[in-house]
Amino acid sequence: MSHRDHGATDSHKLGVRRTVVRSVAALIGMFAFAFALVPLYDVFCQVTGINGKVDNTAQAIIHEGVDDSRYVTVQFITRGSSGLPWRLEVETRQVRVHPGQTSEINFTFRNQSAEASRARAVPSVSPSRASRHLRKVSCFCFDEQHLEAGERLELPLVFQLARDLPPDVNTVTLVYTLYPVTDARAPRRAQVTAGKGDEA
Amino acid sequence: MRTLLVWMAGCCILAGLSPLALANGWNMPVGVTDLSREIFSLHMTIFWICVAIGVVVFGVMFYSLFRFRRSRGAKADNFHEHTTVEVLWTAIPLLILVGMAVPATATLVQMYDASDAELDVMITGQQWRWRYEYLGEDVAFTSNLSTPRAQVRGEEARGEHYLLEVDEPLVLPTDRKVRFLMTSDDVLHSWWVPDLAVKQDTIPGFINENWVNISEPGIYRGQCAELCGINHGFMPVVVHAMEGEEFDDWLAERKEAAAEEALGVDRDWELDELMERGEAVYSSICASCHQPEGQGAPPAFPSLAGNERLIGDVEWHVQTIINGVSGTAMPSFRNTLNPVEIAAVATFTRNAWGNDTGDVVQPSDVAEQLAQ
Amino acid sequence: MAPKLPPQPPLEHSSAATAGGAAAHHAPPRGMLRWLLTTNHKEIGSLYLIFSLIMFFIGGIFAMVVRAELFQPGLQLVNPDFFNQMTTMHGLIMVFGAVMPGFVGLANWMVPLQIGAPDMALPRLNNFSFWLLPIAFLLLLSTLLMPGGGPDFGWTFYAPLSTTYAPPSTTFFILSLHMAGISSILGAINIIATILNLRAPGMRLMDMPLFVWTWLITAFLLIAVMPVLAGVITMMLMDINFGTSFFNAAGGGDPVLFQHLFWFFGHPEVYIMILPAFGIVSAIIPTFARKPLFGYASMVYATASIALLSFLVWAHHMFAVGLPLVAELFFMYTTMLIAVPTGVKVFNWITTLFRGSISFEPPMLFALAFVVLFTIGGFSGLMLAIAPADFQYHDTYFVVAHFHYVLVPGAVFAIMAGVYYWLPKWTGHYPNVRLSQWHFWLSVIGVNLTFFPMHFSGLAGMPRRIPDYALQFADFNLVSSLGAFLFGASQLVFVAVVVLCVRGGEKAPAKAWDGAEDLEWSVPSPAPLHTFDTPPTFSPHVH
Repeated sequence: MSHRDHGATDSHKLGVRRTVVRSVAALIGMFAFAFALVPLYDVFCQVTGINGKVDNTAQAIIHEGVDDSRYVTVQFITRGSSGLPWRLEVETRQVRVHPGQTSEINFTFRNQSAEASRARAVPSVSPSRASRHLRKVSCFCFDEQHLEAGERLELPLVFQLARDLPPDVNTVTLVYTLYPVTDARAPRRAQVTAGKGDEA
Repeated sequence: MRTLLVWMAGCCILAGLSPLALANGWNMPVGVTDLSREIFSLHMTIFWICVAIGVVVFGVMFYSLFRFRRSRGAKADNFHEHTTVEVLWTAIPLLILVGMAVPATATLVQMYDASDAELDVMITGQQWRWRYEYLGEDVAFTSNLSTPRAQVRGEEARGEHYLLEVDEPLVLPTDRKVRFLMTSDDVLHSWWVPDLAVKQDTIPGFINENWVNISEPGIYRGQCAELCGINHGFMPVVVHAMEGEEFDDWLAERKEAAAEEALGVDRDWELDELMERGEAVYSSICASCHQPEGQGAPPAFPSLAGNERLIGDVEWHVQTIINGVSGTAMPSFRNTLNPVEIAAVATFTRNAWGNDTGDVVQPSDVAEQLAQ
Repeated sequence: MAPKLPPQPPLEHSSAATAGGAAAHHAPPRGMLRWLLTTNHKEIGSLYLIFSLIMFFIGGIFAMVVRAELFQPGLQLVNPDFFNQMTTMHGLIMVFGAVMPGFVGLANWMVPLQIGAPDMALPRLNNFSFWLLPIAFLLLLSTLLMPGGGPDFGWTFYAPLSTTYAPPSTTFFILSLHMAGISSILGAINIIATILNLRAPGMRLMDMPLFVWTWLITAFLLIAVMPVLAGVITMMLMDINFGTSFFNAAGGGDPVLFQHLFWFFGHPEVYIMILPAFGIVSAIIPTFARKPLFGYASMVYATASIALLSFLVWAHHMFAVGLPLVAELFFMYTTMLIAVPTGVKVFNWITTLFRGSISFEPPMLFALAFVVLFTIGGFSGLMLAIAPADFQYHDTYFVVAHFHYVLVPGAVFAIMAGVYYWLPKWTGHYPNVRLSQWHFWLSVIGVNLTFFPMHFSGLAGMPRRIPDYALQFADFNLVSSLGAFLFGASQLVFVAVVVLCVRGGEKAPAKAWDGAEDLEWSVPSPAPLHTFDTPPTFSPHVH
């Protein structure tokens, strides 16, 4: 086609085609890579404990013996969130445990509204480097909970601190934040909802 | 060339200004913790290293610009490579960098050691206030901007601590290690007090840790440092550091007050009492969004004055305050306000600005709804 | 499609020079249509540059609104929500609408000329990449008029402020960013294909001018990271509209993940905006020092190392989000390492000046200002790299000062230097020297008045992105605002210089600057519409 092909010999065209094909392959690869980073990041976080993310699946108890020589304080904090008429309470604010020891703590969920609803308790651990030494044998946070109006539900957290917990960690804080589980089809949009004015 | 001289003069002035920059209010504060002092000295060390490198590099540059001008008859050389020189100026900066990295690493390791704290404070960012909770002490409160809107609008003279003042500061003891657990209820915020050298993002659903050990009593001011929406610029942090004993007294007093407030839930309150209390709660908590006259700022913040749903449905009104509205800027006040405060602010909004419902919401009713 | 180009050169290009080769062409479309359909790299280059200039002024007006509001304490002109929209739009438009298209425009014009190619490798794709941009930015600007306003969450659009709490127009913002991203990606493919395949016979990679080298590396960066940006905004789109929870803690997502993904794109993006500037300065300084560039090979290696390192430093933007200690240390060290290749570049430029025969034509003035002011930005960058100190600098005006020093007297001055340098080639006339000098000095003074005080206000404790501030920051902000108005106004002088230069002025010969060596100076000034239809003979000079 006209002038612009003047300088372009067949070998040029081949070269250009090859460059384009490779670039497009790289593009698709990088786009996929961005999405692959999501699960990779989760795995990475769980392995390294970044962000206090915890492995959210049940782990087996490891019988490695209890390290009687040291105590670690484990604190529990529960938090609600807006738009969810639930309460989450823990039977005790903190316990002192030995690494290797298995403990059970009860948490109470209460739905205080007149309607059934679903929620999930999202865990976070501080200091974050402790999170990979925390083994949850069973936890209410593995699943979402469904509560009828006014229902009350007691659920346990069974956990163990690994013996290889770094020696300078002597307080571990576990935080559970309740979040409502909404239908995937109903995206939550601040301005749109608030825009209806009468909903205060 | 004349322009060149102007340029050089300009640079000299800039360089001359830098010692001035060490004056107060031009530089990073030294701060009142061991770490803040360390960070300050790290900052100054690196600053002076940069100044030294700058003097050498710009010195050679301006010398060349002056000495090798064509207008002075300079003839161009033709050299364009010199391996030794090139290796040298790769290696020397590398060594300087290693020299900087060593103290920086040491300081960073200290910053990450939050163990053995004597007091735990949970800091929660909310659009647009901070909530402080003394863990295990049953003392918790929110801290709101207290600068009147009239000052922002310029209708009133601005005070000394304009935009850096709050209704209730975070009170901390001196010479005790205090651990902060930080999170957010909505978007990202960042809790920052320059004098304490603590800046930490608060992230919804996740917990961050930081710590401080203040060495001097005083009042230290800072701000939210992460863009968090409309009122990001109006979310100050004020820390009041007290000597240990004074702090213990303060904490005991707060506990007592909280207990007393709890007793108040059981008695019947008069409309006037609730209105007075409610107005105070409204102006510190609600007015930043719903506006001082309840007119709101639709569409984000609905108006309360003349709001028919609010006027018509007491139960819905109280429930909305308790639980918030999912996915909007309206947070849950279940854990932020006590039953007396919720009842007071509900009563106030039901009777102010021509809403005139005459309803009195009793704290005991609210307590019942909270405990359902 | 009507790809045939006119026998008469358009507007500023060429007068008689094309006539020879163009006899066979059909009559071209006239007026708008001709610009709409052009596949000529010079015309598309001009379109990019004009677009970039318009966006520079629109983004500049937004900056003026911001500076006017910050002129004194209190809220005088705009409400905080509109203020946030202004800071956000200013950032988005300057980054994606002004600086990036500015460099792409220069690449379109100069890369084929510097490597002896007749045009870009994929001319029709070139046309498409350009015309995506005006559509994308019209859409972006139109969000300002939508209910709830335009994007107000900062140009970094951190979730969940940009997802759960965003205005309804966010979906359009995402769409426009997608289009701008596709435009950049296609442009990058085109540039790579051109450089790798259409070089004049005999020109090896290590013979290429540095502007071509830096653009080749930049294009690779674009291909590597623009898809990641596309991925991030697609996830945002899904979070907003399809109920997924990539960045929403409530559904098991993580807001910090957003920042990792964003800065994995964002940090290389910073270098995308500065590497071509290195190339321009590396062309100008030897020309006006009349001495070959010192350390050509080390310049190429330094550019490549900066590009590679840019993939390993992203979390230095996130020192305050609560990274584990090892991550802080790793990113601190890698970030400090970047100072080494960057330093090599600065040393090379200065050594090029040493024992040269230096004169101070307008392009040289801008290039020299670039070296000094970019280096100042580099120093503050080094300070920011020190993680413990960064806790005090992060998200303050110190950071604002830092990246504006790197981007305004850095990237923008380099683009202007390039425009002054190549205007004689484009128009056949030299730009008016007096006016250019006025433009230069006003800009230098304006830029320093604006951004130097920001170092102090940041250190003293002023956070970024606030519409109102405590009284101790008032003086700094007053000076910054005055400087910004001066800088903004002095860009009108720039427009005057360009317009006058297109219309007339002192005639320039083919080799417009006596020290200039590259291939573009072998074609007539103004460059005819079609150049190098037969490949030139290339003989490597000094490199």
